[in-house]
Amino acid sequence: MIDWLALAVALPLLGAVGAVMLPGRAPAIGLAGAVLTTSAALSVGLLVAQGTALRSDLGGWGAPLGIALAADGLSAALLVMANLVALCISVYALDYFGAGSRRHFWPLWLLLWAALNGLFLAADLFNLYVTLELLGISAAALGALTGRPEAVGANLRYLLVGLLGSMTYLLGVALLYAGLGTLDLKLAAAALTPGPLAWTVFALMVGGLLLKAALFPLHFWLPPAHAQAPAPVSAALSALVVKAAFYLVLRLWVDLFGAVTDGGAATLLGALGTGAVVWGSWRAFRAERLKLLAAYSTVAQVGYLFLFFPLLAEAPATQRQDLLGAVLLLALTHGFAKAGLFLSAGLLQKAAGHDRIADLGPSIQGLPAVALAIGLAGVALVGLPPSGTFIAKWVLLSSAIGSGQWWWAPGVVLGTLLASAYVFRVLANAFERGPRHGSLHDARGELAAAPVSIGRLAQAVPLLMTLIAVAVLGLEAEPLWDLLQDRSP
Amino acid sequence: MPAGRTPVLITQLIYGLGGLVLFLIGIWSFLVHEPLLRKLIALNVMGAGVFHVLIAVAYRGLETIPDPVPHALVLTGIVVAVSATALALTLGLRLGHGDD
Amino acid sequence: MIPDHLLPAAIVLTSLVPGLLIFALDEESHVLRTTLNLAGAVAKLALVGWLILGVYEGRTFESRLNLAPGLDLVLNADALSVLFVTLSTVLWLVTTVYAIGYLEHSPHRSRFFGFFSLCVSATVGLALAGNLLTFVIFYEALTLATYPLVAHRGTPDAIQGARVYLTYTLSGGALLLTGAAWLHALAGPVTFTQGGMLAGLEGQHDTQLVMIFFLLLAGLGVKAALVPLHGWLPQAMVAPAPVSALLHAVAVVKAGAFGIVRVVYDVYGVTLAESLGLLSVLAVLASVTIIYGSIRALSQDGLKKRLAYSTVSQVSYIALGASIVGPIATIGGVVHLVHQGIMKITLFFCAGNYAETLGVHRVSEMDGVGRRMPWTTLAFTVGALGMIGVPPVAGFVSKWYLGLGAADAGSDWVLLVLVTSSLLNAGYFFPILFRAWFKDPPASWPEEHVPAGRLETAAPLLWPPVVTALLALAAGLFAAAPVSPLEWAELIARREYGL
Repeated sequence: MIDWLALAVALPLLGAVGAVMLPGRAPAIGLAGAVLTTSAALSVGLLVAQGTALRSDLGGWGAPLGIALAADGLSAALLVMANLVALCISVYALDYFGAGSRRHFWPLWLLLWAALNGLFLAADLFNLYVTLELLGISAAALGALTGRPEAVGANLRYLLVGLLGSMTYLLGVALLYAGLGTLDLKLAAAALTPGPLAWTVFALMVGGLLLKAALFPLHFWLPPAHAQAPAPVSAALSALVVKAAFYLVLRLWVDLFGAVTDGGAATLLGALGTGAVVWGSWRAFRAERLKLLAAYSTVAQVGYLFLFFPLLAEAPATQRQDLLGAVLLLALTHGFAKAGLFLSAGLLQKAAGHDRIADLGPSIQGLPAVALAIGLAGVALVGLPPSGTFIAKWVLLSSAIGSGQWWWAPGVVLGTLLASAYVFRVLANAFERGPRHGSLHDARGELAAAPVSIGRLAQAVPLLMTLIAVAVLGLEAEPLWDLLQDRSP
Repeated sequence: MPAGRTPVLITQLIYGLGGLVLFLIGIWSFLVHEPLLRKLIALNVMGAGVFHVLIAVAYRGLETIPDPVPHALVLTGIVVAVSATALALTLGLRLGHGDD
Repeated sequence: MIPDHLLPAAIVLTSLVPGLLIFALDEESHVLRTTLNLAGAVAKLALVGWLILGVYEGRTFESRLNLAPGLDLVLNADALSVLFVTLSTVLWLVTTVYAIGYLEHSPHRSRFFGFFSLCVSATVGLALAGNLLTFVIFYEALTLATYPLVAHRGTPDAIQGARVYLTYTLSGGALLLTGAAWLHALAGPVTFTQGGMLAGLEGQHDTQLVMIFFLLLAGLGVKAALVPLHGWLPQAMVAPAPVSALLHAVAVVKAGAFGIVRVVYDVYGVTLAESLGLLSVLAVLASVTIIYGSIRALSQDGLKKRLAYSTVSQVSYIALGASIVGPIATIGGVVHLVHQGIMKITLFFCAGNYAETLGVHRVSEMDGVGRRMPWTTLAFTVGALGMIGVPPVAGFVSKWYLGLGAADAGSDWVLLVLVTSSLLNAGYFFPILFRAWFKDPPASWPEEHVPAGRLETAAPLLWPPVVTALLALAAGLFAAAPVSPLEWAELIARREYGL
């Protein structure tokens, strides 16, 4: 029996080592690692979809001493999304980096990937801590890859803030172990009872994770860090790394803390989520640079994800599955759409030499595939049909109103309107013609004279990802709910 | 491992509370002080605080050997803290914070 | 041929697939693009013909796709959807021909026709929608597909007009979504049922139902140009004439009006809507819009702007028909869906011809245009007379039924509104006709493009308005025939009221 779970974590690690040892071959090794890792992840997904949840005790050591990897419906779905997105980013990155950067990019990227897979597959709290740390360190290093002061500064802040979060999380883990004597998620869930211990542990662990998930008002580090990073890294940061932290909060809530916390915590998360939606969308609308707009859009989308918590807390058991499916769909769609948006922004930045939205007109018009990708990403980010976001938003609204918590609805509507505003602000450039600043532009001519030519493969990648977000997840998302059915082996 | 039903000894209490105090001092310093080096020290103090708590948790009295799991956590935590500090220092050097 | 459960989906696909293919074409591939366009339009027409036969015989056609637990995308063919689908399909074919002629030598034609086809797919999709969720999905998709068409020219005016259009329609869409989700939370999946899905809820949740209705009405009213949500329509006239013709005379505003009809008849049901007092409010809003639109039209010199305000006014006849209880008024409102579409598109086609051939954009420039372009002006005359309500053009039939229905229901003030509006229509159409036919043409036209052949303008520009004008005439003359829109509207009313 091939242990796909272990392979999903081990393969990128091996790839990273390989890329360090043979820097000249780094891209080839990187791509090979990417393909192999994605295959492993897809196998995990397939196995879980067909039958039961997977569990692997590494080294034969069972709980509570050993490290276990496990995959159920929720983690398998996110694993598959993360690996597909990461594969697309890898293909895109083949051409993106120059000779100097690529020997640094590929090992760090594969390390990040290993941490990501490890995080989704971790079955105990300690393992989660390790992968969380690895994720944070490699992400900060990647973000600072360009070496420019703004990028380094922003990612240094990201690193420090991330460490603050992890230390807090670790203290929570320590106290949990002190109280329950186990770190395994399942065993801990069985032993946990409501009380001051549960409350403290919950506050510490979730608080630390909220910092990493960039929930308003703890989001301040995200926009500069994501906007300054190179495009493939920004894509990974916004689409995957932030998602991983949210996944942890969700996992802890559903598996561990859901039974012991009352609605107060959920309402707090929902309120912060609403703040994130409104504030993030507003700042995105005001942003002058495309990557900053995309980064603030992530802040807003994280808010939407957290809006599901008060609904989950109040929902009867029959509806919880529906809600979980919806929040999962939202996370998946955002992963594809945001990565596609950042990759497209990267292409525009290469073509135009900058990413100031107001002046991107000629570049957008000269790259119709990129314009289409941005359009589709916009549709998915706003939540217009067809897209996974639309379905998730519908479920969010009807569940909020149906459970009597209608006060969450206005925030969602306002966020949608602001998102439409900032998305179409960018898209209007695709149509704008005529004299600007006193001189006529010929879109194709200007691009022909540009120093960098944009490869077809690089253009196809974001288009494919946004198509998935819109067409596949918008119309064929139904199997997700089946995936979330209880699959205990 | 049995749930925390073994009697809490004074040593444990000192270490544990000491760890918590260190953690709090660390957070306060991180939030208040500006220079990079001070923030890094603050984070390491926080880390030290958590490690103290873990060591306290591992103590099972004078007769039995301590619980290895929290020790493993501490070791990992130290490694992580050192690596992260190293990275932060490198980045800080890049920014020209060498004089802070 | 095509299995029953795939036919509605196939009808949507006949314009979706060519549209997507056209995006990938080079600008220079005229022949391929034209072939794809026309092939799609003809195929759609054929499938719709099949559909009509089936629905007349009482067969059911339903395509269903499950999106999430409890959420299905449903395409369904009942009598009302068939009416709208047929209208859209026939007019799409005609407009495609017109657009091919109008946009000759314009840039970005592949992009244009791609979004054009997407727009028609969205319209057909919402016509065939079998539940409120599907309707909302295609309604929003219509907004997305029409934005690039409004912004097509890329001039600052076009971008601004498109921005205004989006602000209105997306805000309306958000309200519509909220209302629909609320209703879903209250009553479960909202399927369009004859007699009204909520009919059994009389006496329960009254306040909520009223609030939901106004949310839905606000969302639909934006596209249907109900006052005060009509502001986008005159601004959107910056779009090229084919766009104005199809979208703002037929697809977008009709989608809003169609939605209102669906909500009143197939969601709430006439009895429930009446008992909640919703119909009176709708009647008032519709009447205000009718009068206001006509008054504003009087003062417009720009021809397209005048026609835009005329649309604002005329589309509300449909809402008015829906707001009066009784099958006769229903017939009047529903049949006006068709009649107004045919007549208005004729007028917009003619406006486009005047602009393209002579550079005439304003009413004040239209002196003697009848002598220079007699056929176009004849078509325009037929359309204008229909708008005013002069028999035997189709508009008369709809107004007659509306008036009769109003009298039947005892709402005499509606009769006053109808008469006033007809007088106002005459007030802003007759001067145009007078100028066109009876005044001397100027020495030279603003920007004349002498066409190649012997016709007064290019053939693809001339035939569509002539054809639609004949249709408008036929719909009025042969209204009593078994295949007229009127007969179909009577079928709809019969099924709705259970007669």
